[in-house]
Amino acid sequence: MESTVRTTGGVAHLLPDELEAPPLSLGELTWRRFRRHKMALFGGVTLILLVLYSFGGAFIFSEAFANRTETGARLQSPSAEHPFGTDTIGRDILARTIYGGQISLLIGLTAMLVEVFIGVLVGSLAGYYGGKLDSLLMRFTEAVLTVPQIFLLLVMAKFFGDKIPNLELLGRTFSGSVIVIILIIGLTSWPYLARIVRAEFLSLKEREFILAARATGTPTSQIIFRHILPNSIAPIVVSATLGVASAITLEAYISFLGLGVRPPTATWGNMLEGAYNYIEEAYWLWLFPGALIVLIVLSINFLGDGLRDALDPHSRAI
Amino acid sequence: MSNLLEVQNLKTRFHTPEGTVYAVNGVSFHLKEGETLAVVGESGCGKSVTMLSILGLIPIPPGKILSGSALYLGNDLLQMSDEELEDVRGKEISMIFQDPMTSLNPVLTIGRQITESLRTHLGMDHKQATKRAIGLLEAVGIPGAASRLGDYPHQFSGGMRQRVMIAMALACQPQMLIADEPTTALDVTIQAQILELAIQLRDQFGMSMIWITHDLGVVAGLADRVVVMYAGYIVEEGDVITIFENPRHPYTMALLAALPRVDRHREHRLKSIPGAPPNLLVEQRGCPFAPRCEYACERCWEENPALTPIDGSGFAGTSTSMPASVPASVSASVSAPHRIACWVDIKTGKQR
Repeated sequence: MESTVRTTGGVAHLLPDELEAPPLSLGELTWRRFRRHKMALFGGVTLILLVLYSFGGAFIFSEAFANRTETGARLQSPSAEHPFGTDTIGRDILARTIYGGQISLLIGLTAMLVEVFIGVLVGSLAGYYGGKLDSLLMRFTEAVLTVPQIFLLLVMAKFFGDKIPNLELLGRTFSGSVIVIILIIGLTSWPYLARIVRAEFLSLKEREFILAARATGTPTSQIIFRHILPNSIAPIVVSATLGVASAITLEAYISFLGLGVRPPTATWGNMLEGAYNYIEEAYWLWLFPGALIVLIVLSINFLGDGLRDALDPHSRAI
Repeated sequence: MSNLLEVQNLKTRFHTPEGTVYAVNGVSFHLKEGETLAVVGESGCGKSVTMLSILGLIPIPPGKILSGSALYLGNDLLQMSDEELEDVRGKEISMIFQDPMTSLNPVLTIGRQITESLRTHLGMDHKQATKRAIGLLEAVGIPGAASRLGDYPHQFSGGMRQRVMIAMALACQPQMLIADEPTTALDVTIQAQILELAIQLRDQFGMSMIWITHDLGVVAGLADRVVVMYAGYIVEEGDVITIFENPRHPYTMALLAALPRVDRHREHRLKSIPGAPPNLLVEQRGCPFAPRCEYACERCWEENPALTPIDGSGFAGTSTSMPASVPASVSASVSAPHRIACWVDIKTGKQR
């Protein structure tokens, strides 16, 4: 501070620019606000731990081990050998929660990406252009919304379940059903996001800085994607994080009903399938995958909450 | 000097749920190369809408340009496609707005916002554009320009933001700058700074300028010519000295009487104009100013006067000494025609 204060005749003179605190970049501001949000911090840390658990655990147990059945050791309670016990056909639950976590996270993230892509595209075009295009896109959105998502999911899962072949990626085989689940969750959950984005665009396009940007000859595509979209990033990020959580729960739901990801590929959802027969006899069948689902959904929701506050460019809190 | 911009009979309407807003009602004016034109009038009298219409920036719908033409170097801006207009805006004609606090995108850095038009219009790469942006920020007087490119608008004060806006508008060295009340939202000392900067840059870049304002005090030191607007009509037009020394429309006179002046006695009360501007939802039949005009006669309520040259000569001030043999084009460059839209000659009190 000393260097910026000039004293002449005992009177300190500050230049106007030096009176202000050193400017913070948007990233620094966001991080500062996020840090203050205890629950969000908890969510973020938990999420990182869960990712480490799922992907780091793969170095300890092989996938073959996770899928190995050993009927002699079925329904064993947690022990030193099987810390989380074994399931109805003798597979190690700890190893399966690790590989199941990978699939659940993968489904959550990619389904969210599909959702965000369609939702942002539909919402921004409808909101920016308005008029006939808006009516058309919004009636379509409403049409998708009128069909209950769960039924749509179940019908599509049933219909497409076996139609997509297995996929080889990164040296691993993904059951075709994983891709089906990702697509149908993504294809059924975008309407809410589209509506949010449309509402954002409707108000943002009237703002003066958009007029100013148009006055400098900025092309329409840039106005939409580089001027308006970054301003609506906060609700999109929040929806996207919540979208990950809901995709994970939806996957758990349909896998639990036996229409989701097919064994032997493990997910936290399909590990619950069949566990309801043993609710009292073998608590470890549902406790561990169930707890992991609850934990990840909670942590993602907290994270989304914190991000909403932190990303809000209009928030004055530092 | 030829006409850079020539607007003829521009009519803009807004079709709103409350009814049709008659925003601009047959406005014609021109801007010569190198000239500064001031457009004055109360809020809501169509000054901004006129300029936005020319640049194709009014939202359609609800807006609609009913008729007119706006020839920029011979090409009609009103007939251009969106893509063609995008090439004109920012490159040929730039616009700066009233409120610098809301005219900059809050989530993009200043550097991004300045370099954008350089990259769009001039095809510069990142490095060239950045270099140019630094030069522009220095030209508009932002200290430490290079280090401030990565800053966001909220890190600048109001006056600094208006300087950034000006830098953005001038990025591609446009022929013409439309300034829509750029000093209204700033405090008085900053107003003076921005005004001075605008004049300096205008001369430096050799731009023509349209300066929209409701502050006649600003006009005197800045403009060559003045257009006075009221309720979507041009009611008086003339060169700046004529307008200040010899205003002939009652509205212009009333505006000038409402202006505080240092050469007036302190006890002199400022005159306000009674009433409010007319409701633009109703199509005007008579003169739009008639309800507030102390000179209004019967005809004023029945018939809207057209903008016509004063005394039939077409020229005010020097016009009497101008020989009749001088061609119109030459005389026009010497003195702008003084035109008013009024049935009454205020000087004599007689009908024209």
